Parts: sequence; C-alpha cells; structure tokens
Amino acid sequence: MTPLIEVREVRKHFPIGGGLFGGPRAWVLAVDGVSLAIQPGETLGLVGESGSGKSTLGRLMLRLIEPTSGEVAFDGRSLLALGARELRALRREMQIIFQDPYGSLDPRMRVESIVGEGLAIHGLGTRAQRRERVRELLELVGLPPEAARRYPHEFSGGQRQRIGIARALAVGPRFVVADEAVSALDVSIQAQILNLLQDLRRRLGLTMLFIAHDLRIIEHLSDRVAVMYLGKIVELAPREAIYTNPRHPYTRALLSAVPVPDPRQRRQRMVLGGDVPSPVEPPPGCAFHPRCPHAEDVCRTVVPPLVAGRGGHAVACHVFPADPL
Amino acid sequence: MTEQWDPPRQRSFLEVNDLRVHFNTDDGVVKSVDGLSFKLERGKTLGIVGESGSGKSVSSMALMGLQRYAKAKMTGEIWLDGEELLSADDDHVRSLRGKKMAMIFQDPLSAMHPFYTVGQQIIEAYRIHHKVTKAVARKHAIEMLDRVGIPQPSSRVDDYPHQFSGGMRQRAMIAMALSCDPELLIADEPTTALDVTVQAQILDLIQDLQQEFGSAVIIITHDLGVVAEQADEVAIMYAGRIVEHAPVLAIFDRPLHPYTQGLFRSIPGISGRHDRLEAIPGQVPDLLRLPSGCTFRDRCPQAIADCAGVAPPLEEHAPGHRAACIRL
Repeated sequence: MTPLIEVREVRKHFPIGGGLFGGPRAWVLAVDGVSLAIQPGETLGLVGESGSGKSTLGRLMLRLIEPTSGEVAFDGRSLLALGARELRALRREMQIIFQDPYGSLDPRMRVESIVGEGLAIHGLGTRAQRRERVRELLELVGLPPEAARRYPHEFSGGQRQRIGIARALAVGPRFVVADEAVSALDVSIQAQILNLLQDLRRRLGLTMLFIAHDLRIIEHLSDRVAVMYLGKIVELAPREAIYTNPRHPYTRALLSAVPVPDPRQRRQRMVLGGDVPSPVEPPPGCAFHPRCPHAEDVCRTVVPPLVAGRGGHAVACHVFPADPL
Repeated sequence: MTEQWDPPRQRSFLEVNDLRVHFNTDDGVVKSVDGLSFKLERGKTLGIVGESGSGKSVSSMALMGLQRYAKAKMTGEIWLDGEELLSADDDHVRSLRGKKMAMIFQDPLSAMHPFYTVGQQIIEAYRIHHKVTKAVARKHAIEMLDRVGIPQPSSRVDDYPHQFSGGMRQRAMIAMALSCDPELLIADEPTTALDVTVQAQILDLIQDLQQEFGSAVIIITHDLGVVAEQADEVAIMYAGRIVEHAPVLAIFDRPLHPYTQGLFRSIPGISGRHDRLEAIPGQVPDLLRLPSGCTFRDRCPQAIADCAGVAPPLEEHAPGHRAACIRL
C-alpha cells in the first residue's frame, strides 16, 4: 500500500546569527535526517521534548516550510516538485490543528468566516452551501449553530480548540497534523477534545500525525509512536511495543519520568541528568550519549542509525537494538 | 467542621480559616477564593489540584501576602507558626518572605530580574535575612546552585537568567527560594513549563530538600500524577472553593466528590484503556457566571434540584476525608 504521507532523509537546518552581509554564524539542526511513512487511516504519535524538532517535522510534512534536503511525498506524489498552484490545490488534502487556541484564531473574524475561509479560498460551493457546511462542521465538533455568528474571544479554550478543529476539517482533508492540540487545555477539557479527535478520525477515516510531549496523551490516540530526540527519530514502534517493550534508553527515561497517578506506586524513577542539549551543537555520535546511563565508547563517536527489527519496531541505539528480523 | 474555628489552643504550623479573595471588576465581583480553610504541619506536603479559575494560584499568592498590592478584598485568617498574617502590616509580611515562607513560580523568567546575575539575586535575598558579608553570601549562593544541580556553579553564578536553559532557570529559582531554608515552601505549578525528564529532576529535588529541612510544602498543580507522587494530603479546588480534602491514599482510593471522580476518570493513563475517556461535560467555570448553590452542578452528572439551594459545606465523611456535596 502506498503510504499517504512519506518523508525520506528530510533535513531542516535553520541559520542563526550573522549580519546583513555575512553568512549565518551557526545552524540549528532542527530536523536532521528523518525517514517516516504514515499509512492511510493510521495515526502516528510523535513525542519529544522541546527542541526535539517534532513541530518542525510536522510542518515539513505539510510543506509549510521548505526542507534543507530530503524528499516529502503525499499519496505517492512529490510535494517538493509541485508548483504554487498545484500545491495550493493539494492543501485541501492536508491540514493542521495548532496548539494555541488563543493565538491561532483571528480575533476580528466571526467563527463562520474562520471555519469557512478554507472553503472560500478553494472556491468550494456557493455562499449558501458554505454556510450550511459551516453549520454541519460546528455540529460535528460539538458547538451550537449560534456559535457561527460569534467571535473567538467569546469562547473558552476548549471551545476555541473545537473551532480550530472545525476549520481544519472544513475542506475535507485526508491528512491532519495535530501539533500539541490538547496541551494548553485543562484536564477535564483535554479529555473532551481527545475523545472528539478519536471520533472524528474513525468517522472520517483521517490519517493523522499527532504531536505531543506527553506520552499519556500520545498513547491514547496513536497506532504507532515515534520518539524524537534532537532532530532524529530514536525509536519507532507499534503503540503496544513502545509502552510494554521500550528499547531506547531515552524512551525508557521518558516513560519513567511520567508521574503515575497512583500513590501506591511511588517508585524509583530513572532520572536523567542534565537538559536536552542545544540543537545548534548536538553532541557527536549518538546525541543522547551525554545523558545516557548505558553509553559505551562507540556511542560517543558513531551516530546509530534507525534499524528496523521484528514486529515493526525500529531503534537507533548501539547498545539496545531492536530484535533482528 | 467545627474544629477549624476552635480557639487557638495548639495551632497547626499553617492554618487558613475562611480565606476569601474577591476582586471588584466592571462586570461584577470575581470571587477567586471563596472560603478556603485548611491546616498543614511541618514536614508535610499538601497538593492543591485545580483547573483554570479554581483559585489555586490566587490562594498561594494570598498566603505569600502578594495579593495585598492588588485591588483585592481579602478576609479570613492565615496563621503561620502562631502569627496571623492577613492583619499584619506590609513590612512585617515582607520580612517573613524568604526565610519563613518562599515561593517557586511556574515561569522562572518572569520571577527573576533580567538585569541582575543569578548570583546577585540569591545573594540579595540571603543577606536580607542573614547579617553576613557579600563574600560569605556568594559562597552560599554557589553552594545552593551546586545543590540544585547547576553545573560549574562557581562560574555560572555570574550568569544572567537568559544565559540559563529553561530547566536551569527553574533550578536557579528553586535555589533562590530555598537559600534561606524557608519553613513553608509554596510551589505553584513548579514543573508545568518543563520537559518531562527535567520535571522528574525538579520534583526529586523538592522532595530531597524538604526531607533535609523539614519544611511544609504546598504543591499547586493540575497534574494528578505529580500529586500522587509528592503529596501527603490533597485538596481539590473548584471555582474558589475546596470541594474535597483528604489524605492522598484515601482520595485516590475513594474519591467522593463528583468533580474529583470526573477529574480522575478524565486522565489518560499509561497502559490500559485506549477507548474513550470519561470527560467532564461543559466548560471550566466562568467566575462571573457561577450557578447558585453548588457551583459544579451545571456539569455534574449526579446533580438534583436541591443542589441549586445553598452552597454545600465541606463535611467530614471519613476520618480526615472531607467533601462538599449534598448527595453524600
């Protein structure tokens, strides 16, 4: 089966510093050689801490930013080869839901214009049909029809996130990137939005990249999970395998760092020393080695490739590789 | 219920009685904290859990005496180590800050002065409470930075806050808050802005330091995982009031209030359920448009007509386990 979306060896390096005439002083290696494929109907969870490059990767998949090198394909077609007009036409198929339900909605637009903007841009339907479609969408995401005439500030965070979801779904996309879509919400509201996304993805057969820093939320929604650290995928596996048989020491540390809501299980955490290093000068070899309790000599010099093993489980680690095929 | 208003025979280390913090706005009175009462002993950790608008942060600011500069109307009593703070004058409360009580904020960047080095800020706080030379205070600052795990503390002490990473800043702020061994430490969402792996370090650090100094700690959070790992007692706040207060095991084993039950069911857990979460319907409360009686009733699956009457009092249903719901 052709994956709906695929990236091959994609890199994004951002320049920093430098003046008007000088070249950049350094490069941030935000995404540094990632290959991934998402099958139609699949939800891939992408987890990582700040600076891991997870949001940049999500934007590269939509070609919202241009990669420094590498290939991005949607439904077998290269996204990078498309001209502006073809790309715009294809935007109907790929949409994004942002983290911040406050900053991502234009405060001067009514909800019906926000949700219907994509339909108008793509020239879909008559004005009356578009209005009807907006009503349907609002109902789909659990908002009353009166919401259409109101402005974003009249809504709470959770309701705004529903507006953002309705906007993303308006043009009938096949692929949706949800970038920390529930991170800014209160716990009780987070559950509502997670349930909504779960329902929508089943009902509409959506393919999703679900980006989050919280493994609990990732687990809830994903079919497969990719763990990112400093611009690279360090582990990729079906959901069960990531949670029951994590291999990479970073994945294990992430899992053990999540506070468990059970006071009888106060256990010894595997606490990592230090912070995530700067993506400007990632450590040589395995970028995780300065914080890794299992690092060996080879880890300090040789970058471990992401090697696929049995059961669709891929790991980038010299010490704890995936079970061989 | 009556025990909170007993005469001051033997007060707890921290005792809050019927604390109210109300703000007058153009749209009406916002009752951010509306009748908060609890006690906390030295060496114990109280976890205060609440969502936006629950009043958890306003309460902590009020305890620190930081609300007196805002246009807030405050009533009630805050007894800290035998002294009532709400009626005390500003200078006195200021002199308690740092040594008697200290606070860790969610956002270290706005809690630190950008023009002064991290060291200067710790030294300044230390010298207010200790009559020592700058050199001695500097040595103490370096020790504190080392204690919280800042690498090369003797050179990093001269760095400015912006030269620190997020996790390091949070640790530096903790060093600052702990530099005078405060007897009461209030940590307001101390790890929310941090990455998971750094969050684990900070939580361990707070626990270590508490064990060492025997401080009373209040951790304010929305994360029930943090509470389960750190707290001895838990208070759940909703719309300015405590709706349930119990020892940590009791509240996790048998949450009584429908809001607490809903909150516990709405957290996605590691391993296990991948189906639907049981979400609490409705929105987080708007403090200007609260329902009468029980303020949770418009979202409550168990609400009955009587819930619209008077606000339910916080009553004891098992030893040390109090909840505010007329259906119990």
